[in-house]
Amino acid sequence: MSKEIDTTVKVEDLSTFKETVLAKYPKKIAKKREKSILINDFDANPQIQANVRTIPGIITQRGCAYAGCKGVVLGPTRDIVNITHGPIGCGFYSWLTRRNQTKPENPDDPNYMTYCFSTDMQDSNIVFGGEEKLKQAIREAYELFHPKAIAIFSTCPVGLIGDDVHRVARQMVEEIGDGINIFGFSCEGYRGVSQSAGHHIANNGLFKNLIGRDDEVRGSLKYRVNLLGEYNIGGDAFELERIFEACGINLIATFSGNSTIQKFENAHTADLNMVMCHRSINYVAGMMETTFGIPWIKVQPIGAESTAKMLRKIGQYFGEQELIDRIEKVIAEEMVEVKIAQAKALVKTKGKMAMLFVGGSRAHHYQNLFEELGMTTLSAGYEFGHRDDYEGRSVIPTIQIDADSRNIEEITVTKDETRYNPRKTEEELKALAAEGMEFNEYEGLMAQMQKGSLVIDDLSHYEMEKLIEIYHPDVFCAGIKEKYAVQKMGVPLKQLHSYDYGGPYAGFKGAINFYNDIEMIACTGIWKELKAPWERESIVEAEYVY
Amino acid sequence: MLLRHTTAKEVDRKALTVNPAKTCQPVGAMYAALGLHGCLPHSHGSQGCCAYHRSALTRHFKEPVVASTSSFSEGSSVFGGSANLLTAIETIFTVYEPDVIAVHTTCLSETIGDDLNQIVSKAKEDGKIPDGKRVIYCNTPSYVGSHITGYSNQVAAFIKFFSTSTPKKRNVINLIAGWMEPSDMRELKRIAKVMETRTILFPDMSGVMDSPLTGKYDIYPKGGTTVDEMIATGDSKFSIGMGTYCTQDACIKLENKCKVKFEVMEIPIGLKATDRFIMSLSRHGNVPVPDSITDERGRLLDLIADNSKYFYDKRVALFGDPDTLIPLVEFLLTLDMKPVYIVTGTPGKHFDEAMTEMLKERVPEAKFRSGEGADMFRLHQWIKQESVDLLIGNSYGKYIARDENIPFVRFGFPVVDRPGSNSFPHVGYVGAINWVTKLLDVILDHQDRTCAEEKVELVM
Repeated sequence: MSKEIDTTVKVEDLSTFKETVLAKYPKKIAKKREKSILINDFDANPQIQANVRTIPGIITQRGCAYAGCKGVVLGPTRDIVNITHGPIGCGFYSWLTRRNQTKPENPDDPNYMTYCFSTDMQDSNIVFGGEEKLKQAIREAYELFHPKAIAIFSTCPVGLIGDDVHRVARQMVEEIGDGINIFGFSCEGYRGVSQSAGHHIANNGLFKNLIGRDDEVRGSLKYRVNLLGEYNIGGDAFELERIFEACGINLIATFSGNSTIQKFENAHTADLNMVMCHRSINYVAGMMETTFGIPWIKVQPIGAESTAKMLRKIGQYFGEQELIDRIEKVIAEEMVEVKIAQAKALVKTKGKMAMLFVGGSRAHHYQNLFEELGMTTLSAGYEFGHRDDYEGRSVIPTIQIDADSRNIEEITVTKDETRYNPRKTEEELKALAAEGMEFNEYEGLMAQMQKGSLVIDDLSHYEMEKLIEIYHPDVFCAGIKEKYAVQKMGVPLKQLHSYDYGGPYAGFKGAINFYNDIEMIACTGIWKELKAPWERESIVEAEYVY
Repeated sequence: MLLRHTTAKEVDRKALTVNPAKTCQPVGAMYAALGLHGCLPHSHGSQGCCAYHRSALTRHFKEPVVASTSSFSEGSSVFGGSANLLTAIETIFTVYEPDVIAVHTTCLSETIGDDLNQIVSKAKEDGKIPDGKRVIYCNTPSYVGSHITGYSNQVAAFIKFFSTSTPKKRNVINLIAGWMEPSDMRELKRIAKVMETRTILFPDMSGVMDSPLTGKYDIYPKGGTTVDEMIATGDSKFSIGMGTYCTQDACIKLENKCKVKFEVMEIPIGLKATDRFIMSLSRHGNVPVPDSITDERGRLLDLIADNSKYFYDKRVALFGDPDTLIPLVEFLLTLDMKPVYIVTGTPGKHFDEAMTEMLKERVPEAKFRSGEGADMFRLHQWIKQESVDLLIGNSYGKYIARDENIPFVRFGFPVVDRPGSNSFPHVGYVGAINWVTKLLDVILDHQDRTCAEEKVELVM
């Protein structure tokens, strides 16, 4: 199933990389890192070590549970007042830094995305407890803004000093009344081993506090879907909303790009869940299926072909010719411009080499776009993925639960007595499966990557330097912390968290944007000017003497 | 509207900070540590702290910011982070090979009470610190002070761990830099050279946080105060601290430790603060002020005189850090502008006293506030009550500027949406010339864009 690595890309033996970096590490570290670096051979069922602690002192890309919970999953919702309970830093750093765009329908609609709310804990709060200050902060937030919902996010000291944010939430709901919804997240930064713990905590909170609170079925009864794990970076959600509308697909809720509380509360009235970023949101998909009977499929609307594939899956799922025809019409129309842009970019990008180290799904999805650009992904890995994100969900039962994972609440949900409604019968699901439609399945990154490519989990700064030094890729994809170190080495870095403030990159128009941006990178002239004329001359001189 | 929920009506807030005008200590310690050559800052806490601080500094400087973390787990949070730090020290010296590791704490390690002194001693005993290498540390609990306090604590730690006095005093002046840009540090060194004074500048981020693009990456760039220079600061004959909040503590510690007398003054932003700096450098370096510096001053005066009509009585709102706001407000007054609203999230009396002193007669209507409750939300509410002609602050100000249609000059930390703060100094007479042109650019651009068509002027 895996393809051989493209032999036109001239690379040194990839195994030398592993030997080189491991030789540098102290023995114990080398032993541990060895299991997280492998040469891809999907057919041989390789096992990668992932979602384990980063060794202290190793310079990592990873962040913390708070960042995953408040920053990633809950951050993009515009009408919740998100109060960070803690010292000022955590709230400050997660203030507008993730580019989650949002567009209120009316000028008077609530939008708190541009605000940062914090209890700014002081030493006296650490010593005597911060619950009273938190309560007062909630009172003040309500008096100033009258939001429908307030969420509380715990930072490291909160858990240690024993502030109970959940109790405070319950008490304040009672005190304020007025139908307000207040809920807390125990997303202290030390939980788990990366942002991933925070995603899980956020998923639990979404399910317990928001999903299923509003049963009213609004709009068309046809083709009702949710998009999960889409955060509207650079307007991705806007592009996907546009495509769904063109196809007549009724998008009930996006978790959580361009979202509102009401959309979350109403999400269980949809008939299909589509999971985009598997890592950050698969728990919600699973819980909604168990509770409400909504099946989920994995989609990758990154890359034009892959977007078309998603739409066709939706058509297949609902099985109505009218929808299938409309989807095909949209794809045909959109592909005209896509093909023109692709052909233009290919001239400059074909045969080039990329590396991707980012997130929990982007290092996979963006390979679609590089394939469309005729580029080879030589190496890739996640910042906070789990084994199933690499090897596919089939390995989940074999994943050992360690102490760090055990500390994260695992909520057990059951069928909702009155509202459980299987959207498809067993027979229908079987028939769809026979046609090749996979439910509750994700194949993972390694299935798509070529045989012989390098897969590395939780890439360290040292390993990154070596990758660049040895292979000198044409473009390296990572985040802001990596960007300028890589570029100092003369290799352009494309940020895949922030898109370098461009985008959208999802959907059809997004693919066109990405082609253009990678073409631009391939053609940027400044990288050819790194040597001053006198430095170049001295090389010539040296050769002459030789 | 971007900040659609902000209204003119203020309510008394005791607990809720909205849109802060400060961030937390460790990021300041990280920034200051980058000003020591061959130093790797290390964050003793959860991974998230280090990731956030590196991201914040990188977005501002557009430069690699490399730092490591103790990667606390739930276990280390309960049982203490000693094992994590010991592992980290060994890992860092093996893999990243710095000369110095500068450890700073976080709210997490402070709350559980990790004793850095003890842990680092243990590392030494266990042979985890190679010969000639050093591990220094400072306490930077995020629930005290602000990023400015963290910067100050890191600079004071340099004194504690390095400054040494020998019987031989040297005719050298220590220039202790408050939180400023690498371009400012470069300018201070230029001034010292022109003045023919011997100085040691620390911390010195020039050459570190504005390193050239060459195709070769060095995790420890050429710049930064060297360890030898840092040690020698104990033999200098005088210290000039620039910025009370960032450098006073270091100045006092150096006097106590090595008997080096000091003067703490403002960061030389604007005419008068630069005048005082030049005078101090001349007096303590025992050198006359060269004509070339007097000429720089004259060129600044010429520019101000030529354009004073655009500045006179203009109302200005500012937010940022106290060490830069104080001289900046003084400079705006020199320009005959009216600084009417000033907030800094950094707590401390000196700011309030300095503002009272400068503004009580010249701008009696001015409102200013520091510490808790001094946030950008309040500043915006004041602006809603009575607008201003100019806003000065970090990039978060652009949301207010757009909503209220106010000309906006970016200054402070972080500026993440425009380049330039790295390239041009804000200190000295040359820095003041940059200031005047920057202010005029936005004020006149605003006039050109918003005035009636028949009022558009070619010559201004």
